[in-house]
Amino acid sequence: MQKTTKRKRDHSTLNSTLIRRPIRRHFWIFLLPTFSAFCIGFLYPFLQGIYLSFCNFKTIKKAVFVGFDNYAKALSDSTFLHAFWFTALFTVVTMLLINVLAFLVALALTRGIKGSNVFRTVFFMPNLIGGIVLGYIWSMIFDGILSRYGTSILLDTKLGFWGLVILLLWQQIGYMMIIYISGLQAIPEEYMEAAKIDGATKWQTLWKITIPNMMPSFTICTFLTLTNGFKLYDQNLALTAGRPFVLQSDGSTLKTTEMLALNIVNAFNASGGKNRGVGQAKAVMFFILVAVISIIQLRATRNKEVQQ
Amino acid sequence: MKKAAAIVLSMAMALSMAACSSSSSSSSTPETTAPESSVETEGSEETTGGSVYYLNFKPEADAAWQALAKTYTEQTGVLVEVKTAAEGQYDSTLTAEMDKDHAPTLYQMGNQGALNSWGDYALALDGTDVVNEMTTDSFNLVNEDGETVSIGYCYEAFGIIVNKALLTKAGHDISEITNFETLKAIADEIHANAETLGFDAFTSAGLDGSSSWRFSGHLANMPLYYEFRDDGITEQPAEIKGTYLENYKNIWDLYITDSATTGSDLLTATGDQAEAEFKSGEAVFYQNGTWEYANLTTDNGDGITPLNPEDIAMIPIYCGVEGEEKAGLCCGTENCWAVNKESSEEDIKATLDFLYWVVTSEEGTTMMAEQFGPCPFKNAKEPENVFFQDANAYTAAGNYVVTWAFNYTPAVDDWRAGVVDALGQYTAGTGEWSAVETAFVQGWALQYANENQ
Repeated sequence: MQKTTKRKRDHSTLNSTLIRRPIRRHFWIFLLPTFSAFCIGFLYPFLQGIYLSFCNFKTIKKAVFVGFDNYAKALSDSTFLHAFWFTALFTVVTMLLINVLAFLVALALTRGIKGSNVFRTVFFMPNLIGGIVLGYIWSMIFDGILSRYGTSILLDTKLGFWGLVILLLWQQIGYMMIIYISGLQAIPEEYMEAAKIDGATKWQTLWKITIPNMMPSFTICTFLTLTNGFKLYDQNLALTAGRPFVLQSDGSTLKTTEMLALNIVNAFNASGGKNRGVGQAKAVMFFILVAVISIIQLRATRNKEVQQ
Repeated sequence: MKKAAAIVLSMAMALSMAACSSSSSSSSTPETTAPESSVETEGSEETTGGSVYYLNFKPEADAAWQALAKTYTEQTGVLVEVKTAAEGQYDSTLTAEMDKDHAPTLYQMGNQGALNSWGDYALALDGTDVVNEMTTDSFNLVNEDGETVSIGYCYEAFGIIVNKALLTKAGHDISEITNFETLKAIADEIHANAETLGFDAFTSAGLDGSSSWRFSGHLANMPLYYEFRDDGITEQPAEIKGTYLENYKNIWDLYITDSATTGSDLLTATGDQAEAEFKSGEAVFYQNGTWEYANLTTDNGDGITPLNPEDIAMIPIYCGVEGEEKAGLCCGTENCWAVNKESSEEDIKATLDFLYWVVTSEEGTTMMAEQFGPCPFKNAKEPENVFFQDANAYTAAGNYVVTWAFNYTPAVDDWRAGVVDALGQYTAGTGEWSAVETAFVQGWALQYANENQ
């Protein structure tokens, strides 16, 4: 009896306004360090970036406001639209392939095969290598093979596309595999057992038990592969740098394997960086695009998640 | 578990605080970022006058500049800071540095493209002490108002480097090569007998980024130079005609035929590869410039025995143009100094004083001759580099100097990227020569229009 009253008293002291009030009043002191870092490192550059997309500038100090000029120029740029469609196609293909293959690998490596851990480590390793290095390594591998056939990854748009796909698969399957493995292991044993007792086939177990219970893993993996596909830059730069080019009649070059991020960087530095505003406008549109697509995707897959 | 989480969280908080404090203090001291090397010269902090901040673009000369800056500070007490941008990163580094409060007072502005981008920031140097020390103004850049805004502090030459010892082995002498026909005849013969000789005619004409500038920049100078000479062009033209592109094709075809590396393999062949081939005696001819001298004649740790300076020489690039027997080497420069006019008056004065000292003092001229070869200043020292002796010999014999017409190229990186891609497709056999012509001629007009809209 005494014990409970003591505990109760403690509880009330902690909730007493005498202790609570000063903390409440000074909450901002505790928020300040992180919040200021967030402002300096993210919020300020982000807002300034939006402002600069309405300016003509070479250095930030000498920015001249021009309104929607840059957006009009960016939208009428055929290379930007080409890069968008190329990137969209690339993202769809890699998102599907990475998730299907990573899921299959995860299934295979949770069967208790000998050496599963070794395989997991090996599959995960490509993730630890930086994108630029990967791009150069794979360009050597591809060209080592393709030069026997008198061609190169830099000569054919299709080869460039599939080269990028293979590279990204190789890099990301291992990472997604780890997420799927943890998802598989989180499914309660009883479900599987119940399914077995009820006489469900392996196929039925997979579709009716495993996959619905793994929806959170699918949500996170599709989100990651979708945004990674859209934002791909290093690998694109190192593997193809947009080549091969197609010369248009006006002498401009359409970089056929150039993806959005690379297109933005190139626009930023075009003509010796004389007007970076167009690149900046493209970057703002790019941000909105990626944000909208990933929000839609999150909504769509979240709806399919089940409560365990 | 909770304890561990608490520790992690408090560490994260401490880190974010540290991040704050470091980012707020970085404005007062120049940061050292990864791609740059920076040594701040120690000197008396309380010097009253200005200071110098030089953004150098030649990584290979970084150590020499740092040493020279230190000497100057010791002698005069004026602080000189030298930063070097990483290879190929000069423009982006300059952009970032120019935006800081502590902006470079001295920077490089070596061609028309740079003048278009950075001319607004450059001080008119006419009549300054350092300009009065110059022996020629032919390497200087002048803006639209006729002001000298950047000065060429050294010049370079490029052509075809010849391994004379191998040429003798093949039964020929360098004096036989006087035009494209003779060059082609000898190269064809060497290529045909490559197996018995043990070496080929040309090093690989690689189109990897580390090598392609030799062709989209330097080799492309040939058609540009002759066209501009014929048309009397002395400033950046809005359009070019491509009159001499046939000659460009002549010499390019020679490079990619009379070589051990041909076809699509050239797309990824690097500059180091070509250099190693030449240095180890696998090829007789190698198109490059005076800056290669040190790499070829000294042991730079690549495991290849250096070449004997007496065995190498540089000849003009012959491409079948009428009268090219009287051509000399391609001489010019992209090494030009410009002074930032946005700097404070004291800093500008300190910078000009420093430049004057560099081109007149014993220490300065010695370093300049060692690092940059011949410099167009009254007190300049003679360099050892045999390629410059070749360049001077051609001029002394009355041959015309092929100037660096490519310095007029608009949006030079974009234009070259287009030419390289078209050259690559032509070389691999998947594209036509006409695409190279389009990239060359229409590409020029387009880049000019983009830059001047």
